[in-house]
Amino acid sequence: MTLADLNPGDTARLTEINTNDPGVIKLMMLGMVEDITVRMENIAIGGDPLEVGFFGSSISLRKEQARHFKVTRIDGSAS
Amino acid sequence: MTEKTEVKIPLSGIGIRHKAKASIALIGNPNAGKSTLFNRLTGLRQTTGNFPGVTVEKHQGTVELTHSALNLVDLPGIYSLDGTSTDERIAVDVALGRVPGTERPAGLLVVIDATHLYQGMYLLEQLIELQIPMVIALTMIDAATANGISIDTAALQKALGGVPVYPVSSITGNGFDNLKAGLENITSNAVPKIPASWPEFSTVAQQLADELGGHWQRIDVIQALLQTHPGYAGKLGKELGVERVARIRADLFADTPPAAVEARKRYKWVQTVIAEVQEQAPLYSKVSARVIRWTNQPWPATLLFFAVLILVFQAVFSWATPLMDLIDNASSGLGRLAIEQLGDNALSSFIADGVIAGVGSVIIFLPQILILFLFIIVLEDTGYLARTSFLMDRVMRTVGLSGQSVIPMLSSFACAVPSIMATRVIPDRRDRIATILAAPFMTCSARLPIYALLIAAFVPDESIGLMNLQGLVLFGLYILGILGGLVTARMLKSSALKGPKPQFMLALPEFRMPNLQTVAIKLFDRARIFLKRAGTVIFFVAILVWTLAYFPRMDTDDFARSNFANSAQETSVENAMAAAQMEQSWLGRIGRTIEPVFKPLGWDWRVSSAVVAGFPAREVVVAVMGTIYAVGSEADEQSLSEKLRSAKWPDGRLIFTLPMVLGLLVFYAWCLQCAATLATIRRETNSWRWPIFAWFYMTGLGYGGALIIYQVGSLL
Repeated sequence: MTLADLNPGDTARLTEINTNDPGVIKLMMLGMVEDITVRMENIAIGGDPLEVGFFGSSISLRKEQARHFKVTRIDGSAS
Repeated sequence: MTEKTEVKIPLSGIGIRHKAKASIALIGNPNAGKSTLFNRLTGLRQTTGNFPGVTVEKHQGTVELTHSALNLVDLPGIYSLDGTSTDERIAVDVALGRVPGTERPAGLLVVIDATHLYQGMYLLEQLIELQIPMVIALTMIDAATANGISIDTAALQKALGGVPVYPVSSITGNGFDNLKAGLENITSNAVPKIPASWPEFSTVAQQLADELGGHWQRIDVIQALLQTHPGYAGKLGKELGVERVARIRADLFADTPPAAVEARKRYKWVQTVIAEVQEQAPLYSKVSARVIRWTNQPWPATLLFFAVLILVFQAVFSWATPLMDLIDNASSGLGRLAIEQLGDNALSSFIADGVIAGVGSVIIFLPQILILFLFIIVLEDTGYLARTSFLMDRVMRTVGLSGQSVIPMLSSFACAVPSIMATRVIPDRRDRIATILAAPFMTCSARLPIYALLIAAFVPDESIGLMNLQGLVLFGLYILGILGGLVTARMLKSSALKGPKPQFMLALPEFRMPNLQTVAIKLFDRARIFLKRAGTVIFFVAILVWTLAYFPRMDTDDFARSNFANSAQETSVENAMAAAQMEQSWLGRIGRTIEPVFKPLGWDWRVSSAVVAGFPAREVVVAVMGTIYAVGSEADEQSLSEKLRSAKWPDGRLIFTLPMVLGLLVFYAWCLQCAATLATIRRETNSWRWPIFAWFYMTGLGYGGALIIYQVGSLL
């Protein structure tokens, strides 16, 4: 399961990151690294881009990059 | 140079009391409250210039402390020292003292947003590697408290090896006295200790820096190893041998990109520090927070976006009217006064028809422009502009760009010049150029006077449902500009600027109440710029146009003028005489030469010469029309729009017919009449190709649009 598969309101833990995409590295510089917990805040009209929250920040990214982040959903989080 | 001047003005006393001012760089994440802090610390003692060789604005100001003063240099907001956008590179180069002509800062004032400790600490960790003294200002303390976040400042200071941390509130001003006291001795503070987040890398970097010595600072080695600075990366290979560097890199990073390894290591450390110093109370949502979260959802947010746009257009038209009437009355009153006092001669005509009618017809739009800017500044300050780029990313993708182009395009509604500079946050050069060429299509505030003049004169002031017809036409013109820009971007992105699909990543700031002082300073700045232009460029053009329109005089003119006051029934004769004078003036002769070019658009020589005069700066066109029609008519009571409505061709037909006015509006929507924009495009793209292309393309588009509308419209 990747970050791109989450629904709004879901929380999940980042487990594995594919660092071959240069866009992914930029997201890592913003703090999207392994083991942090993220929350899918919003998905824009049309299904893309996504708004992901972690450590009090909201970061917007496209699905294309989100697919490079493997996640485990934290149960009972779906809204 | 500046130091010399200070010595010459001993009266102020300031120059003497504090001799050499240490230069301190203000650095932090975007939206961390940096500019508010800067304004609080420097007050109005700030100057804006450019860093030498680049167009990034250099804001600097003096901070007066009890015993000394500091020169504070504001740097663009950044998330990391590894960034690749122009803004990021400038901030890093200035902080590292790599910009020629700008001295290396003697210390850093690092701004960390208490609600975003996570990213703030990451940048801080990288800044510590510079090994210069620093002081930390912890901003947004009130917002943190409201969000249930409490930060143990003493523990944070301890975790950072003693770097002083000062919590401040820019809203109440709390903590600023402590911060200022802390800044007093900043340059003699100890350099911060390197945190133990990545010991193996730290050791290697220090060993290499010691080994290389001389010109190599620790940070240079770090950037060379991480390959975040191409120059130093190459130099390191030359100094140590490419093979040895490759071996060192392989040991440190294996086959992962160095920046990814750095992020993992440094953020791991940030997480442990945050766990120690920050407590997050269980979140109970306040009503306001819930309302904001609801409005951030895609559909409410999109609807809200359009509602705000409509409100802006309504406000620009309806709120400004009383003030505009006031300025209008004042300027025509002044004109009449000049004629009464000075008699009817060349001097009074110069003052009344040249200066007052010309400059006054532009100044009258100050209220509208300030209302527009007020909205844009507030939207920016609340963080709402960034959110619109999230909402609009999908739309921008259809033209081959990303949501990142939305902020420059929206701020282009105020002025294309800062918006072209704002494209510096766009990492890809092709996307950036496409945005730069699309931005001048957006309806800037200088187009507003022309739109407002023509709409007020030719569109009936009627209501259609909730909307006012004039507001609707204005809205339509804005849409026309947006379409022009988007189609242009689409065209370029699928031809000359074809490239990989743009990425989109952006930190979305949460809603914040706008800071009154920041809004006031920015608004004041815009008013100053506008009035300065009216007082210089537009003043000069008005004088020039008056001279061209007034000379040479007709023989019968003196006779006609002396009889003017008591010849009510001869008004038509007077008008005919005035028109004849205009025809044979220099301006009339020039106008008639260029008239054939614009005749297919339905413009007479007056409109044509006004439009041509507007090429350096489009708002000049209103001033030129003001002067031409003031000189050309003898009745000063009429407003400019009434004069336009009654302007006729020699054969008696009205000049300003509906197709002609619509064509003229379309011409102004698309035409690139702004020397400042062209110069900015030249500087930002570093080539003449793009400004020349933009000028011919946009002017051609405006002309073609006006031609089609006039010709087709006249047939109907």
